[in-house]
Amino acid sequence: MELVNITIEGQTYQVEKGLTILEAAKKCGYDIPSLCAFNHGECSLASCRVCLVEAQEGKGPFRLVASCVYPVSDGMNVLIGSPKATAARRTSVELLLSNHNRNCQECDKNGKCELLHVAQLTGARENMYEGAKTPTTVDMLTPSIKRDTSKCILCGRCIARCSNAHGLSVLGFERRGFNTIVGPAENRSFLNSPCILCGQCTTVCPTGALMEVSEIDKVDAAFKAGKHVVVQVAPAVRASLGEEFGMKIGTPVTGKMIAALRRLGFERCYDVNFGADLTIMEEGTELLHRLTEGGVLPMITSCSPGWINYAEYYYGDLLDHLSSCKSPHQMQGAIIKSYWAKQKGYDPKDVFVVSIMPCVAKKFEKDRPEMEVDGIRDVDAVLTTRELGKLIKRSGINFNRLPDEEWDQDIMGEYTGAGVIFGVTGGVMEAALRTVYFKLTGKEYGKIEFTEVRGNDAGIREASLDINGTVVNVAIASGMKSAKVLLDQIREGNSKYHFIEIMGCPGGCINGGGQSYVKPCLLPNEDDDIIDTYKAKRANALYSEDERQVVRQSHNNKQVQELYEKFLGEPNSHLAHELLHTHYNKNRERFD
Amino acid sequence: MAHLQEAAVKQICEICERYKDETTPLMMILSDIQKEYGYIPLEVQELVSEKTGISVAEIYGVVTFYSFYSLKPKGKNVVGCCLGTACYVKGAQQVIDKFSELLGIKPGETSEDGLFTLDALRCIGACGIAPAVQINGTVYPKMSVDKVAPLIEQYRGEGA
Repeated sequence: MELVNITIEGQTYQVEKGLTILEAAKKCGYDIPSLCAFNHGECSLASCRVCLVEAQEGKGPFRLVASCVYPVSDGMNVLIGSPKATAARRTSVELLLSNHNRNCQECDKNGKCELLHVAQLTGARENMYEGAKTPTTVDMLTPSIKRDTSKCILCGRCIARCSNAHGLSVLGFERRGFNTIVGPAENRSFLNSPCILCGQCTTVCPTGALMEVSEIDKVDAAFKAGKHVVVQVAPAVRASLGEEFGMKIGTPVTGKMIAALRRLGFERCYDVNFGADLTIMEEGTELLHRLTEGGVLPMITSCSPGWINYAEYYYGDLLDHLSSCKSPHQMQGAIIKSYWAKQKGYDPKDVFVVSIMPCVAKKFEKDRPEMEVDGIRDVDAVLTTRELGKLIKRSGINFNRLPDEEWDQDIMGEYTGAGVIFGVTGGVMEAALRTVYFKLTGKEYGKIEFTEVRGNDAGIREASLDINGTVVNVAIASGMKSAKVLLDQIREGNSKYHFIEIMGCPGGCINGGGQSYVKPCLLPNEDDDIIDTYKAKRANALYSEDERQVVRQSHNNKQVQELYEKFLGEPNSHLAHELLHTHYNKNRERFD
Repeated sequence: MAHLQEAAVKQICEICERYKDETTPLMMILSDIQKEYGYIPLEVQELVSEKTGISVAEIYGVVTFYSFYSLKPKGKNVVGCCLGTACYVKGAQQVIDKFSELLGIKPGETSEDGLFTLDALRCIGACGIAPAVQINGTVYPKMSVDKVAPLIEQYRGEGA
């Protein structure tokens, strides 16, 4: 590692060559206010000019440079707190604010806004530059993502994320100068663009320009109408919800979360892990059928609605490879509206199912026309992890002081460790393998864990397992950039796999588009490398819960067994198909 | 892609093919299409996206950034009035207003008969002969409001 000597604020330091001034300063203990820079240069357009510092190279003059992209050089002299640098940064922020919709108090991003953060840091003055504003577009046509250009600062983070995660670049800069906006081509709605609604853009947007479409009002209305409101929570939410209340990333908060949900008035609180176990029974059985009876292989998982959107739009010719299973929360919703409602003696029309999800694509999924049985919708509202945080705060609940409580135990209270790990890339695969191994061999896999398939980032992992003479080749991908590699192999006819797990977001649901924001500047108590480690920390929260479970294989879930005995018959039965399975459309029309 | 004629699809594919070895072929492809057809509608951008792997959003961004590219068909005669600083202080605004009044179109629009498109240009580097007007590449120096009507008639005559 080559080192260079630099001076910052009169102090000399040795830093790694190749770092930007911003990175080098951070290592030396200086936080230069910055806005558009993100995640080790994931976005490095240097468009916002908030991180300006004075830098002198050699005997040259001091010049204002954007520290987020300007590299350090030997002998460089950097001034962060000089009158010229501080005034320049303040002006940059004031100019951004001059073209910003300043309804900050009512903005959904209130409290999590990076623009407000730098406005405070730089001492931006009130109403410095009044004048014309760029014409605004507000897109609320999808149930998932809201785009409001009046709050956009043109940093380009969303464009970079869409491209890095999925290779898609659905978003781009368009027009020019003062009229520049960020949006899908032709400033269309996400509904009419090739967007897969994963919501990764909402996790990186520094302001309220890209956010989930809130459904809190729907839930309020259901309570008001006296419905039987049942809540079900996805596995990944417990690994992130604590962050909404200032806890360290990766703190599992299952018990407090249940306590909070109960205090919010939900009639029943269920874990979607039960639905995950159910999914494994259905999907595992489907895979065994395909393996033994010569069905379409490789079979691909269908839990991630972002991935489903991608498949339908870009790989319409491969839809037969997708498992016909609904995602776990849709399955569980259908069971709540049928089996549970019947046991309670409720009319399914009076039951309202709320899913808490780490995902914004789930909002779209639950609205798909096929997600209902006899006119009864499986799920009525989907809230993100962030929305649940708001709901809890709004109700005056002191989350940190809540006791740990347990899920409601009736009918679908039990879940296994296999269900928990659905929330991380490779988890569905591992859960399925535990059950498929049992079905093929008649005995449990000795060490339970299939660590070969574990990980917490994008990229492809693969494993080959010899189960009683049956060789099963599996692959796992998350993020569409990785998925595309596996899909192109299938299209070209040279895929060697039998079973593939695909998750829409890089790292799986722990890094879903509906999870808490990971913005280092707003997390002063986290480690400096949090942007590199948060996925692993959240994944560990799930794996540790799996380890704590007594039952760790879906087929050993007693209540799932009971559900089959009393109601569904057997996996992939006629009734199971009616309630728990779905179909896909080459729905390119949605976008035209 | 349903709106594009087969011949056009073929030609656009050829244009994309022409620059396949370039590291950054987009500007060249778009320039050729603009020259050939006079505009680059979204359907064509989608086709270029398919051929080059560059996202539609990015292509749309380039098309809407440069005033040379157009999303809508241009008229037979493209009238560009320079509104750069020198032309502006010499009365270019009055000139473009006169064009606008006589042609019945606003800057950026094309007349219904397809004969004229009116564009407002930033500096075209002809400050010495301000105010300047450019029609189909020919520059008309030291324009005045009175010279607008005869000029339109001249091109209307050629167009008819």
